[in-house]
Amino acid sequence: MDIYIDLFLCFFKIGLFAFGGGYAVISLIQHDIVEVNGWLSAKEFTDIVAISQTTPGPIGVNAATYVGYTATGSAIGAFVATFAMLLPSIILMLIICYFFGKFHQNKYIEYCFLGLRPAIIGLIAAVCLQLTNKENFIDYKSAVIFLVVLFASKKIHPIWLILGSGLAGWLLYSF
Amino acid sequence: MIFWQLFITFFHIGFFTIGGGYVMIPLIEKEVVDKHKWIDSQTFIDMLALAQSVPGIMAVNTAIFVGYHRKGILGALCCLLGCVLPSFIVILAIAISFSQLKGNQHIEHIFQGIRPAVVALMVYSVWSMIKKIPQKWVNYTIIVAVTLILFFLPISPIWLILVAAFLGLLIGIRQEKR
Repeated sequence: MDIYIDLFLCFFKIGLFAFGGGYAVISLIQHDIVEVNGWLSAKEFTDIVAISQTTPGPIGVNAATYVGYTATGSAIGAFVATFAMLLPSIILMLIICYFFGKFHQNKYIEYCFLGLRPAIIGLIAAVCLQLTNKENFIDYKSAVIFLVVLFASKKIHPIWLILGSGLAGWLLYSF
Repeated sequence: MIFWQLFITFFHIGFFTIGGGYVMIPLIEKEVVDKHKWIDSQTFIDMLALAQSVPGIMAVNTAIFVGYHRKGILGALCCLLGCVLPSFIVILAIAISFSQLKGNQHIEHIFQGIRPAVVALMVYSVWSMIKKIPQKWVNYTIIVAVTLILFFLPISPIWLILVAAFLGLLIGIRQEKR
């Protein structure tokens, strides 16, 4: 039972502070799920980012569902984590819709984003550094894949890059 | 029936948008504004600004707003459920099959190729986000400071988010006074 309460509280917190679309979520999951609670290894976390990029839906929902299942081994865990992640959005959005009907952009909220936008970039940059570890980069072949994908990113859609690097990994490491 | 239509429209959007929430927004606009005319174009644009400033997943916030605008709380829940259900089902199926495939050599080799690619994609998204914000020294300072603090200190990103929002507020008020 405790694990369900922990999952609920943890994903509620992530949902509450998930500013700036999916990007801040990645940082919050890396900290709370990987480092603090250890529900995922850095390797599994990287795999979830890859799965999110190649399946439908926002990464926050994907991660919550996946972690909820793996941490408890049941679909109920997946539901609890996903619901907790969405709950802050539901509450805040319904309150705003109810009181404001039509929303007018508030200048103070806009000011906060002057600081939030660069900060969110920094959050992702830190995750990049944290994921550049021995679990994800096992040998020189990993470095080659990293460089090829980095330079191809401008022209090719992420889905194809992930599928292509999966194929490359299978060919390079199986034979 | 309108509730079913709200649900199925967002289920469709949720199912066919691969690669995260931002991909969903243009599709939501097409369905909700152009096709069904549930919301006019200006309200949709105002609402996007709102969905971005409220915490949570932007596509989910958008779905809640559209549903509420059309049919109140029940409408909001229909859109939310439609938007989230496809990814919930797909990921649950993947998580269940993964737990059975654990230790499969082929799967492990595939992911050994994918993992460095994911890091490269994230590095690239950092680079493209840097190009999109105003090129000022204060922005560079915040980016570098947040990166280093989070990497070297065992601190929660939440504190950095709160401090950055407060800092933004101060910057905005100072600009206003000038």
